[in-house]
Amino acid sequence: MPNWTMVQAINSALSQEMEQDQRVLIFGQDVGHNGGVFRVTDGLQERFGEKRVFDTPLAESGIIGTSLGMAMYGLRPVVEIQFAGFTFLAFNQIASQVSRVRYRSGGVFTAPLVIRAPFGGGVRTPEMHSDSVESYYMHMQGIKVVIPSNPYDAKGLLHAAIEDPDPVMFLEHMKLYRSFRQEVPEERYTIPLGQAAVVKEGNDVTVFAYGAMVKVALDAAKQIEEATGATVEVVDLRTIAPMDEETIANSVNKTGRAVVVHEAARAGGVGAEVIAVINEHCLYSLLKPVERVTIPDAPFPVPKLEDFFIPTPDRVAKAIHRTLEP
Amino acid sequence: MSLVADQISPAVIDSMHQVLTPEGKVVGQLPDIPDEQLMQFYRWMVFGRISSQRFVALQRQGRIGTFSPIDGQEAASVGMAAPLQQKDWLLGSYREYLAYHVKGVPFPAQVKQWGGDIPDDYPAESRCVPFQIVLGTQVLHTVGIAQAIKYEGEPQVAVVGCGDGATSEGDFNEALNFAGVFKAPVVFMVQNNGWAISTPRHKQSAARYIADRAIGFGMPGCLVDGNDVLAVYQVVADAVARARAGDGPTLIEAITYRLGAHTTADDPTKYRPEAEVEEWEKRDPIIRYRQFLMDRSMLTEKEDKVLHEELNTEFEEAIAVYEALPPRTPQQHFDLVFAEQSPQLQRQQAKLLEALETEPDSGVNHDSSLMPL
Amino acid sequence: MSLLIPEEVVSKKDISFKVVDDKPADRIHRILTPEGEVIGTLPKLSPAQLVGFYRWMILGRFFSDQMIALQRQGRMGTFAPLQGQEATAVGLAAPLKPEDWLVASYRENISHLIKGVPLLALMKQWGGHFADNYPPELNAPPFQIVLGTQTLHAVGIAQAIKYNNQSHVVVTTIGDGATSEGDFNEALNFAGVFKAPVIFVVSNNGWAISTPRRKQTAAEYIADRGAGFGMPGCVVDGNDVLAVYQVVSEAIDRARAGDGPTLIEAITYRMGAHTTADDPTKYRPQTDLEEWTKCGPITRFRKYLINHDMLTEAKDKTLHEEVEAEILSAVKEYEAISPPAPYQQFNQVYAETPSQLQRQQTDLIQDLNLEAVSRNGSYA
Repeated sequence: MPNWTMVQAINSALSQEMEQDQRVLIFGQDVGHNGGVFRVTDGLQERFGEKRVFDTPLAESGIIGTSLGMAMYGLRPVVEIQFAGFTFLAFNQIASQVSRVRYRSGGVFTAPLVIRAPFGGGVRTPEMHSDSVESYYMHMQGIKVVIPSNPYDAKGLLHAAIEDPDPVMFLEHMKLYRSFRQEVPEERYTIPLGQAAVVKEGNDVTVFAYGAMVKVALDAAKQIEEATGATVEVVDLRTIAPMDEETIANSVNKTGRAVVVHEAARAGGVGAEVIAVINEHCLYSLLKPVERVTIPDAPFPVPKLEDFFIPTPDRVAKAIHRTLEP
Repeated sequence: MSLVADQISPAVIDSMHQVLTPEGKVVGQLPDIPDEQLMQFYRWMVFGRISSQRFVALQRQGRIGTFSPIDGQEAASVGMAAPLQQKDWLLGSYREYLAYHVKGVPFPAQVKQWGGDIPDDYPAESRCVPFQIVLGTQVLHTVGIAQAIKYEGEPQVAVVGCGDGATSEGDFNEALNFAGVFKAPVVFMVQNNGWAISTPRHKQSAARYIADRAIGFGMPGCLVDGNDVLAVYQVVADAVARARAGDGPTLIEAITYRLGAHTTADDPTKYRPEAEVEEWEKRDPIIRYRQFLMDRSMLTEKEDKVLHEELNTEFEEAIAVYEALPPRTPQQHFDLVFAEQSPQLQRQQAKLLEALETEPDSGVNHDSSLMPL
Repeated sequence: MSLLIPEEVVSKKDISFKVVDDKPADRIHRILTPEGEVIGTLPKLSPAQLVGFYRWMILGRFFSDQMIALQRQGRMGTFAPLQGQEATAVGLAAPLKPEDWLVASYRENISHLIKGVPLLALMKQWGGHFADNYPPELNAPPFQIVLGTQTLHAVGIAQAIKYNNQSHVVVTTIGDGATSEGDFNEALNFAGVFKAPVIFVVSNNGWAISTPRRKQTAAEYIADRGAGFGMPGCVVDGNDVLAVYQVVSEAIDRARAGDGPTLIEAITYRMGAHTTADDPTKYRPQTDLEEWTKCGPITRFRKYLINHDMLTEAKDKTLHEEVEAEILSAVKEYEAISPPAPYQQFNQVYAETPSQLQRQQTDLIQDLNLEAVSRNGSYA
């Protein structure tokens, strides 16, 4: 089994989907000849030709709007928006059109398309390139939001996303693109959307994370376990919408304590939704209030400051500590 | 050197295509259309006028929701759809409902949409997407459809209608640009009816003609008398032929006039002079075309009367079909979000249905009336 | 309020679709050939001003090269070089008065410098600090990252100027790529309708990262976009600083006289990469670069100056040494400043920091053991 980075895993998924379904096509800015600014679509235009992998003019709303037309027609576009923060230029098309076409046409027209976009901090990007946008799309109805934390999941989730009859926002944390390798099956496999993963079992507290924060959570868990006798369960949400409420409830009903960590800002973030879910299903199991570790409610920090704000294992460990205090 | 010399380059619009004068006299080349088809154009336009006026009445009676009349725009509507084959695509906004009718969307399906219900009766084979409300968005969708047509190597074309107002939207311009770059088989049909609610055309854009937008995106632009159904038919047919031949997109601007209000919630007497409306009534598309048909002995007063009666009946029957439909249950609201309901939706649906069963009236809003919009 | 009834254009002709097929070469305004020979009317500029343009161009080139070097050494953030685009950047900013506005994207650094923005301000913004060194009286906001958005801002500023019955103008810059953005077209449309005193300068450098101009739009010239929004469109040789200066000046005069906006397309070439994170050898042929180097803006202007006795080899050398010293001194200054303090993250969100945010600030400072942070911004 090959050892792949997340970029390679995603590239593999895209390639296989293109191979097995002529209706799949890939477009966006600089994804063709250039292979994408992160080289995620590298080699695909060479392999499948310009008709199926092509560059568009510089217009996010144009990219999303035309992809919807194609999907209505029966194709299955997988588009790339160069950075997640630029999906805002297409927000109208996503919010009022892509996510609603099934509803408004009674199912006659649907949007089986995937929007891929990189996001995430810790890589010193210029402004708007690192913003986390998952909350905006979590609140949108009719669109699914997926954030993989490792190469294996990325490939499986992307296969599932492309196969999915509904539109999927597939957000890729830039820092994870090449930061580590993992064994990934070469053949096609899917990981179901809407399913979280218990990546580490424990009994005393649950830490919920996704994307690049999963590793942060695992590091914090290790710290806590070495320092105390407590055992920490770490849950990788994987699909932000629709969220896997069952796994969330099962875990917190078992442990009675929880911490949510995400790189997005606090107010109305995924953490808020997780805590609402915990409130609905686990209130009487809770031994302490749920902690959130997020960036503050300010714009994503300038590169010079981001190290202070992106959640670190230390900060998460401190939060875990607070839940463990009697 | 003077910039003024670079002003509006030589290649932009200097003529407006017209076949029939407002008096119905033939001045241009008559398109080659058989008589039955010529008559059908008239039937469609009259149906458009009848339905538009009667829909307004239905709204006033609270039997449908907010409605946008198309009085005055019948020729542009018919002309943009009539040249199309069944396999071609047509997308539009609320103002293109007559064009949809011409294309073959069963009329009750559209009545349903005006009625405020989920428009789930548009047959896929009519190749029309339920008419769009959010301005300009459909123009991008149509370009995508056209790109898909090209991708599949099909000999179809896609036509999209929008208003003069929508041409100011970023999406409209992005769509033209994409269509130009990808040489998509699409025809852009701008129904310039002079008004975007209360904003007159000259305040919408400083362009001399909206068709002048074409050159900036690398496609031909064309100006047509939108109240002349034969002229509109001709230019659309030509643009469709261009697209089908692989020569790419065209931007057509049809100059017409919105004789009625923007919607049933609008009062145009507040912002436009009656004199202007009277001027345009003289250019009425149906009157001129009726004159044309009568001059060619294709229509008599008596036949016209019968035709009007038939079309009124057709409209009534469509309303009857709509009003006989069983009431919409909340069930489907949850079924149409995803292909397969998520667990959350299932739970939310179960909760609502349970509540409705045990306490049918509590929680259901009885205060809402048709919004004055 | 009469509606346009185009009786005068009613035609009996058969329908014909007019496509632009005339590409008059003289549509591209040019004063200096690539060899520096004068073929047009020279603008009224003194030798001192002309040498001043030259100095700006070589300063810009050196600044760009230095920033790349710094980025490679990890001493600077991602940077977008302007190599090859110096004439456009100088020509569009030189005619501006202090009370005029410059609303530019990240590429035209020299334009900002000409406007008076300190080198330190630019370096800070590129370096990942807050872009808080742009003095408001310069009428030049921090350069924009999110493509095309600045053109709408520029129109708004121009409308405000008009609203205040002032006679200032706004020059805004945008790349060929960003002209595909909806925002740009909406901006042109607003500017046309409101007859706003704004000049749009499209710096068409041939590439939007890896997308060549031809794939960006099917229009023959981006300047043709002007007709669709009711304003003149003008094409200029972007590597000819005098031609750019001239057309922008004329457009400024128009705007100041109340005649509304102009769209100018400056045809130039991005000799370097899109940014320091880009590798253009992946997608464009070396021969292109060689061709364009021959038409380079600095070489041609130097030839012109030398041929007209406004510059000598010796003076050129001196100028180069001067700008080098200036840049290196700015680098020193930049590297001596303290990084921003974490608390600044919380203070510039609202005029008054709400309680939740204050709490988050306190929590964070505790978490990071930053009790020792002084409010002046330095920290251990």
